[in-house]
Parts: sequence; C-alpha cells; structure tokens
Amino acid sequence: MATQRTIVHAIPALVGLLTLASLGMVRAAESAHADQTPLRWAADAEGGAPYIFKDPENPERNIGFEVDLAEALAEDLGREIEFVQYQFGSLVPGLQRRDFDLAMNGLEITPDRARVVRFSHPYYVYTLQLVARADETRFHSLEQCRAVGGVVGTLEDTAAERLLDELQVRKSIYDGQVEPYRDLEFGRLDAVLLDLPIALYYAQQNPKLKFVGPRRAQGYYAIAFQPQDGQLADQFDAALQRLAGRGRLRQIYEKWGLWNLDQTKLFDPRGADEILRQAEGRWGMADYLPLLLRGAWVTVQLAVLSMLLAVALGLPIALMRLSGRWPLQAAATVYVEFFRGIPVLLLLFFLYYGLPAIGAQCGIKSWLNLSAYLAAVLGFGLNYAAYESEIYRAGIGSIPAGQWEAAASLGMSRTLTFRRIVLPQAIRVILPPMTNDFIALFKDTSLVSVIALVELTKQYQILAKSSMRYVEIGLATAILYLVMSVPLGHLARDLEKRWGKGA
Amino acid sequence: MTQPLPVEIRGVAKAFGTRQVLDGVDLAIGPGETVAMVGPSGGGKSTLLRCINGLTHFDAGEIQVGPHRLRGGHQPPPRETVVQIRRLFGMIFQDFQLFPHLTAAGNIMEAPVHVLGMSAAAARQRAVQLLARVGLADRADAYPRELSGGQKQRVAIARALAMEPRGLLCDEITSALDPELKHEVLAVLEELKADGLALIVVTHELGFARRSADRIVVLDGGRVIEDGPPPQVFEQPQTERARRFFQQILA
Repeated sequence: MATQRTIVHAIPALVGLLTLASLGMVRAAESAHADQTPLRWAADAEGGAPYIFKDPENPERNIGFEVDLAEALAEDLGREIEFVQYQFGSLVPGLQRRDFDLAMNGLEITPDRARVVRFSHPYYVYTLQLVARADETRFHSLEQCRAVGGVVGTLEDTAAERLLDELQVRKSIYDGQVEPYRDLEFGRLDAVLLDLPIALYYAQQNPKLKFVGPRRAQGYYAIAFQPQDGQLADQFDAALQRLAGRGRLRQIYEKWGLWNLDQTKLFDPRGADEILRQAEGRWGMADYLPLLLRGAWVTVQLAVLSMLLAVALGLPIALMRLSGRWPLQAAATVYVEFFRGIPVLLLLFFLYYGLPAIGAQCGIKSWLNLSAYLAAVLGFGLNYAAYESEIYRAGIGSIPAGQWEAAASLGMSRTLTFRRIVLPQAIRVILPPMTNDFIALFKDTSLVSVIALVELTKQYQILAKSSMRYVEIGLATAILYLVMSVPLGHLARDLEKRWGKGA
Repeated sequence: MTQPLPVEIRGVAKAFGTRQVLDGVDLAIGPGETVAMVGPSGGGKSTLLRCINGLTHFDAGEIQVGPHRLRGGHQPPPRETVVQIRRLFGMIFQDFQLFPHLTAAGNIMEAPVHVLGMSAAAARQRAVQLLARVGLADRADAYPRELSGGQKQRVAIARALAMEPRGLLCDEITSALDPELKHEVLAVLEELKADGLALIVVTHELGFARRSADRIVVLDGGRVIEDGPPPQVFEQPQTERARRFFQQILA
C-alpha cells in the first residue's frame, strides 16, 4: 500500500503547489469544488500483474499500470485516490453496495455491466491472446484447439470466457490469472486465453509457453462508477482526455510494455456508448437453468464420491483407534487430528497446486498431477474421513462390552463378532450423524471453485455476475440445494426416529 | 448328552488394580457335578466364573477343563484353548445380552451358522426345537425387545445350548428378574441338570441351590471358605463368616 501512501502524501502538496501557481482558471475552480475526502478505488491486487500487484521487491507496495494511472488521475483531478483491495469477481456488486467510489481493474465494458454501472471513457484497448505450451504442435489457433478437443483456461466473467463460449471451446474457469498459466505448464490445460496485458506479463517471458495465433476480440477497459455519480464520471472522462492529450497515457503504457497501435483508437469520437451498442441481448431462465443443473450435477458427484471415500476410509481409521495397539492408535490419532485441524481449502490448494510442484521437483511429475476433480474428491474424502472415523468410533463404542462377551462365549471370533453383532447395531447409531455430515459436505463442495471446478455455487456466481441477476438466480440455486438437502435431512431424522430408541 | 468333563481350579489369583479379587482359589469339580457358588457380593464368584471360560485372564494359577488348560500370568492364553473351552461350557449372563437386532431364532442360529458352518435351514430347525425345550416354541420370530425378562433369559439359555456344550456357566442369571419370573428360568435349569448338563451357577437363590446343587461353594474375600454338599454347608458351616452370611440372606 506504500504507493497509496505516497499518493496520499504527495497529493495535498501538489494540489497546493498547482493552485498557488495558478495553473489555469478551470483547474483552480475544480480544486475549489473538490470534495476533500479521498476517492476510494477498488481493484484486486492478488496476482493482478500488470494491472495492480504486489511489488516483488517490496510486498508492502502495489505497482502496476493502473497504479500509475490512478496516480496520474489523482494529480490531474487534484483529489486523493485511495486503494481498496476487492475481489475482482465482486467489483460490480461491490460498487452497487457503495463499498467504494470507483472500480478500475481491467474491467471490460460489457452490456450487462453497462446496465448497472456508469462506465468512464475507455482507458485501454485490449485484445485476447491465446497461449500454449512451447512444444505444442497440434494447433495454431483457437479454432484448431477446439478441433483437437483442447481445454482452454481463462478467468470467469471476462471477454475471453465469452469468446470461448461463443466458439464452444471446452473451458476451465479460474479465479486468478497466475493459476491458468501454471496449469498450462503442468499439462492440465491445452491453452490459456486471456487479455493481452496478462499474457504479456505472465507468459511472454516463460520459455515453456508461447503465443499462438492472432490477437482477437478487441475490447475496452473502463473505470466503473455508480450510475448516480455521473458528475464524478464526467470529471474522470475529462481527466483521461487530458492525460491522453499530454501523452501521459502513452508514457504509462510504454513503461509497462503495453503500448500498441490499438491505443491510438482510444480517443476516437466513438465513445463507450457506441461500443455498447454492439451488444447482444440479455438471457433468461431457459439459458441459465441448464447451466445451474450442470453445476448441481457436479456438486452431487463430488459429494457422493467424496462421502464414499470418507466412509470407506473412516472405518479402518476408527478400528485402528480402537485396536488397543499403540502404533496403530497413534497413527490414527495423528490422522484424525491433522485432517480435522486444517482447513479443507488449504488441503485442496495443496493437492491441486502443491503436489504437481513437488512432483516436478522429484521427477515424478505425471502421477502427482491430479485433475481438479480427483483433487477435490481426495481432499474432501481425506478431510471427512477424519470426521466419519470419529462417528464410527462413537458408534462402535456405544455397543456394550457384554455384547462382545456374549458373542465370545458362543465361540465367535472378534472379527466375526464385529461384522455380525457390533457393526449392525452400531450402524443405527452411526447413520444419522453420518447423514448430517453428508449434508454438510454437500454445501462444503462449493469450496472447489478455488481449483477451477465449476459446481453449483460457482455456477451461480458466474451467472449472477454476468447477468447482475443476483436475486433471481440466487433463488433458483437455493432451491436446487434445498431439493437435494431437505430429503437427506428427512432421511436423517427418520433413521434417528426408527433406530434412536434402541432395541 | 455327551460325556461331562471335570474342571480343576488350582491357586487362581486375580487382582483388579490393588484389589485382590481372587486370592488363591482351589476347587475341583467332578464330571457332571452341579455346583452353586454363593457368598457376599465382591467375594469373587463372578470373576472366577469368567476365568473358567477365558473372559477374564487371571494373574496366577491354572484352570483345567477336560484336556484344556489355561495358565495365569502376563501371557494371554492361546486363542485355540479358549475357543475349545467355550465350546465345552456355554455362558449365561445376568443381563441376558441377547443380540437386539436379531430375532429369538436369529440369536440362537447365529453361532451354529457362522461358527460351526451349519446350514441356515438346519440351524433354524434346531433353534425352534431349543425354543420349545425352554417353553418358547411360539416366540421364534420375536425380537428381544418384545420379550419379558424371563423369556429373554430362556432364549439366552437356548442360544448357549445351540452350541451343544457339556455344561453351562450361569452368572446370577435370575438377579435381574422379577420374583414371579425367576422360577421359569430356574425350572429350565433343573431340567438341564436332569438331562446331565454340568452347571456351575453363581446365585443368590439359596432355595434353588439347596434343591438342585450337588455342592455348595462359598467364596469370600477371594477364597473358598466353605465347600460341601448343601445340607452340610447350610446347616453346619465351618466358618463364622459363612454363618453370618446365611443369617443375613435368610433374615
């Protein structure tokens, strides 16, 4: 945040100087009108190069071309601009919630967004760049990539994602712009389609990756304001015009290696409004329901497979804890404490991003390179196995010692007793809490969006963000969850009622 | 009924923590003899019974059941020996310990099918016969929760008989029953004795002991303090403690 601090410190001094020097009547008048509270600018500095990101040499400081642009705008407007960290995917709703005054973070002008925010004049013309592994020979364009069934990674709710949808290319959606290029290197993706500035920063210097095909789908980055802040937006439009006129914009873009001839079109008479008119229409229930259902199907698969793994793995762990042999007991206790004690999110990150890194170091790359699906099932399975083993343990422990003794007196072995006498009774104690855990797991699966899997909640986020229909799609999503979890809840209660009283 | 076997207990000792529950018990039980073990609670009767079929492992001494011998000490006895002894002596518990998820017949069939490998049909037939023998011919398909305490205990006896033991170890098997239900269980025991089954019974039913037992053994403080035929032990106890115990019970 040191940049911001620099701005904060530099601006009043500059403003004073400029005013004293009487640098033009207009400027002086604007400064006089200026509200003295700083403007709050939201962007996502998490892995956000070259827009805004942590300075690798000083993590206290944010750098990037948008930081420079904000600085130039503050200087021009004579107003402090203060940085606020905000999730990229939530910038537009955040603006609607008035969490900040403006969002500038490579936000593309889209008709959906333009309906709910007031966009400034564009400040950058972007194109999309396809990136593949350096040894890629199967395709030389997006269309060829589709033809060979390649999977292309991109960021959610971006022009790149829309282009992939339009061309019906298989896609994988990410939260950050670092991870898709990593996964491309690991071989989980065949290509990455993202905005040129991102590709320039993350892929161009990487010898394992190469640019493929022509740049495509030109679009515009603009600053988003609340619709009622038209006056503020007008001031920014004027300031951008002045920065362009003075060559300051070009200076900034050249510094970051982003300048190209596209940018000369920026201050064509064609404004953002006209760009918007290329818009396609909005979509309705029939368009998003199939997508939500597909998300729900992924949720069901993940929950069921993870639970099967947890239930299968939990039993031997519980038996080890009950075995009375200390090495087995210790191992099982360590397992339970470890997997109960760490967040699933961390586990998912480790399995998906950490293991391939370890694999690459040890030269056992391929089999540690888990698919997102496998990593998710494994992560939840390992985590929930710890909980299930405790449920098993409590259930098995609830069977009186007398039952073991009675079976032993009949000549039954411990294994036979466990299988025929103890487990059938323990199941009645075990099943209700296990069903509850299954419901919890159902909802926990929404965490998998961090490893580029799109399940129901993620699908909701994507659809809601791109359509701005948070309530309507939210209700549809909630209903889908309820349709799945309420019957399970009933089942749990039924089981409890039927078996809870004991025999 | 197959030939009963002698049981010989020599110097058996057992402590739970610092409490010496058995303190050198010597007892020889002849083939087919019915022995009633009585005495104040905490005297070691139940523990001794559990030592005989290996449910409790004792610290010192040895127990010989027919050709099979259990030795006390740190080393747990070989599983094979324990299993053999359990085949010879079934055990009945105070709180029945029927398997609640199985019917009466299911409880009885369980071990014959899964331990002896008997067919389900044959085991079922045997179960029904055994239920008739304990007077419960019509309750084969009842679950334990649908049975009275006396009925449960009779099912437990039938379950033990299904393994064709030479004798039964009965651990206060009427203590959890209402007085009017006790006699139906005791009547079954008397029939079994008449059929030649060896019974080693821990009980507070002195009337039953006097009527049915060949020998009365009084345990107190982990030792045998009286041992003899019922008239001798009840009418001329050798020790002051036994005398006091009988007075208390009969008072």
